[in-house]
Amino acid sequence: MFGYYFDLARRSLIRSPILTAMMVLAIGLGIGASMTMLTVLHVMSGDPIPEHSGQLYYPHLDARPLSSKDDKNAPDPSANLSWIDASNLLQAHRGDRQAAMAGGSVLVRPAQTSLRPFFETGHYITADFFPMFDVPFRTGGGWTQVQDEQHERVVVLNGDLARKLFGDTSATGKIVRLQDTDFRVIGVLNDWYPQPAFYGDTSGHAFGKTDEFFLPLTTAMDLKFDSNGNMSCWGSGGDQRTSGECTWLQFWVSLDGPTKVHAYQQFLEDYWRQQQAHGRFARPVDAKLYGLLAWLDHMQLVPGDVRLQLWLALGFLAVCMVNIVGLLLAKFLRRSGEVSVRRALGARRRDIFLQFGVESAVIGVAGGLLGLGIAQLGLWSVRHRPDDYAHLAQMDVSMLLGTLVLAIVASVLAGLLPAWRACRITPALQLKTQ
Amino acid sequence: MRVKAAIRGRTPQKERFLTGTFDMQIQPVLAALRRHRLATILIAMEIALACAVLCNACFLIASRIQMTHVDSGVDESSLATIKLTGYDEAKASDLNARVTSGLREIPGMQSVSVINEVPFGETAGNAGITLDSAGQKFAGVVDFYVAGPGNFEALGLQLISGRAPRADDFQPMKAFLPSSANVIVSRSLAEHLWPDTDPLGKEFWCGDFHFRVTGVVAHLARPSAGEGGPGTIEWSVFTPAQPGANLSGVYLLRADPAQLPRVLRDARAAIAKLAPDAVVEQQASQTIGDLRQVYFRQDRIMAGMLLGVIVALLLVTALGIVGLASFWVQQRRRQIGIRRAIGATRGDILRYFQTENFLIVTSGIALGMLLAYALNLLLMTQYELPRLPLYYLPAGALILWGLGQLAVLGPALRAAAVPPVVATRSG
Repeated sequence: MFGYYFDLARRSLIRSPILTAMMVLAIGLGIGASMTMLTVLHVMSGDPIPEHSGQLYYPHLDARPLSSKDDKNAPDPSANLSWIDASNLLQAHRGDRQAAMAGGSVLVRPAQTSLRPFFETGHYITADFFPMFDVPFRTGGGWTQVQDEQHERVVVLNGDLARKLFGDTSATGKIVRLQDTDFRVIGVLNDWYPQPAFYGDTSGHAFGKTDEFFLPLTTAMDLKFDSNGNMSCWGSGGDQRTSGECTWLQFWVSLDGPTKVHAYQQFLEDYWRQQQAHGRFARPVDAKLYGLLAWLDHMQLVPGDVRLQLWLALGFLAVCMVNIVGLLLAKFLRRSGEVSVRRALGARRRDIFLQFGVESAVIGVAGGLLGLGIAQLGLWSVRHRPDDYAHLAQMDVSMLLGTLVLAIVASVLAGLLPAWRACRITPALQLKTQ
Repeated sequence: MRVKAAIRGRTPQKERFLTGTFDMQIQPVLAALRRHRLATILIAMEIALACAVLCNACFLIASRIQMTHVDSGVDESSLATIKLTGYDEAKASDLNARVTSGLREIPGMQSVSVINEVPFGETAGNAGITLDSAGQKFAGVVDFYVAGPGNFEALGLQLISGRAPRADDFQPMKAFLPSSANVIVSRSLAEHLWPDTDPLGKEFWCGDFHFRVTGVVAHLARPSAGEGGPGTIEWSVFTPAQPGANLSGVYLLRADPAQLPRVLRDARAAIAKLAPDAVVEQQASQTIGDLRQVYFRQDRIMAGMLLGVIVALLLVTALGIVGLASFWVQQRRRQIGIRRAIGATRGDILRYFQTENFLIVTSGIALGMLLAYALNLLLMTQYELPRLPLYYLPAGALILWGLGQLAVLGPALRAAAVPPVVATRSG
């Protein structure tokens, strides 16, 4: 039966090629634009480490005084922790693993004279970082908490920097000069660039190759290395980085199972009250513990422009669909004569409905294929934008199938009303006017 | 005659329809549309959606383009900057001296001065200020241009009241600002801080730092133009200060616009000899014109993308109108033939379809204006957007009316070409 309807649809579509082309073009444009933006959104809100995101949590404390107001245009100061709070949480050791970290950029002075000194961005972290995020090493490994406490001058390089400095030879064990200090390379990562770089301060650059080195936070503090995330202060005086009135550190904890999560939440609330007793944390207790994906959602990694473009694209698709409803209505009602003959010969309403449904779906498939091409063109143009997420704009298999499904669903939905109108045609009247 | 009688029998208005003038056509058009209620509503809805998106997208484009036209207040075409890093902070004064004197030797270089940031470059001096020394009356986050001698003249700032910085205004730095300074503010900031009063002599604070206004300039955009909303683009403070450990590494170069690219190239090359201990930050060391280009690239892309959406939207809307009008023309061939047979001219038929389209588009626009307004309210809550100026609505309406008439012209001409003889055929 479907084969027959398919054949009818093919004949009907070929009979009025211009109208068919219009409908396919309309749905192709709508689907193409929508899928371009949906794909961008999809890659930007993906899970950066699917195997572990379920166990990773981000504690959210707010040490600000009541007078500090929220500024919509500035990064949220309470998204980060102060040195004091990060150290306290680290030492409390209530999670399975926990690490404090901050992004930074240092001047790398290569040993070879052929390379000029250059700046590189990376992260200052504590020992648990590597095992907690299951960071893949090519050679060597991370460091221990003891090494953290001894402020050791060790560094782990990511793939690109290791290749740039040492070529194909193993970097592990070599010495690299950062700012004015020699560091011993103890490990090289297997090109670890999670997208987004969820662990850091995502209010800045969250996509692209953000981190080429990792060294102990304590060492970076010792050497007064610059940090480059958002630092918000509300007090005055003292060293900003070690004060309890400047937030600039990110903190992650891994917790296995709901009981531990609950216990940690309880711990955070107790910590808040305890700090209040010490005259800190003026605000009412409101400790939060975000799961990894919830945290990324909270940080709104998708820029406003991208969201605006998505809404525009979907609005455009809506206009296209209304358009197709109108065109299909014209197309189906034009065939009133054919419908009434079929009805008079015994076809049920549901047969007519199915026939036109199949025809809508055929238009959807054609439109979807065109839309796929347009979306690839759109993604190509997105990749040529100067944004840090641009290189991610690639369709995976799920989005590829999603495009076709969306196109078919959209066109069948658009065909529902016209098909319903067509199947209500009374056979006798139409035959009479013929 | 049988035909005429039959039509008259259906509705008395049809009599006038048959011989009618333009305004008399409205009644029969409405009657016909009532018989195609669903299709009419669909087209009207499409027009309404298109109207809402069109008005708001045009408004977004206009506001983006306006943003890229911000007046920085400086002689952009004559200015370039060089940013150095990686040097020993303790030797900053020495570096400043070496670099400024060395770069001044370059032929064509008009001036070299030490500054903390340049328009459209990296922000260095963002800080919140208060209008009292106790720090209670918060007045917003402003941008401090901390600048050594020569910058005021090199930037080409246009003083509108007060005086330019004097030699004794250049105070030594304490951390990132001088502890007390005579400063020059932009007119926009002066109006924000002290509306309707003379800003000269007024004071403000940033923590322990104290400032007194001695001059006002017409324009001075902050480096990250637009940060803190479009209204704060020019909230900048020109702070004279002595170059030293906390004011070093960023240099403002001035040269004739024609020679500027060559001068900047020479300057970059000269740095390798003048300051072998420092690293030139390539991306930050550009002409101000190039920095501006990069700064607004995102906005230009967005404006281009919005334009693409508008074009595609109008195209699709036109497709819909053409498709449906063609259908109606085909469906009514016989009626058209009858009208032609009993005396209607080609012009009458053409105008009939044009009137029909005009009525549908008009109803769509009426709904679309409400939708446009609602969409604007929604965008205002989500993005930093002002209210949609009302003149966008009639402008959008004109575009859609024009589009509708253009789209229907083809099918209407085909209708007008239907020969009267069709009336005599059956089926």
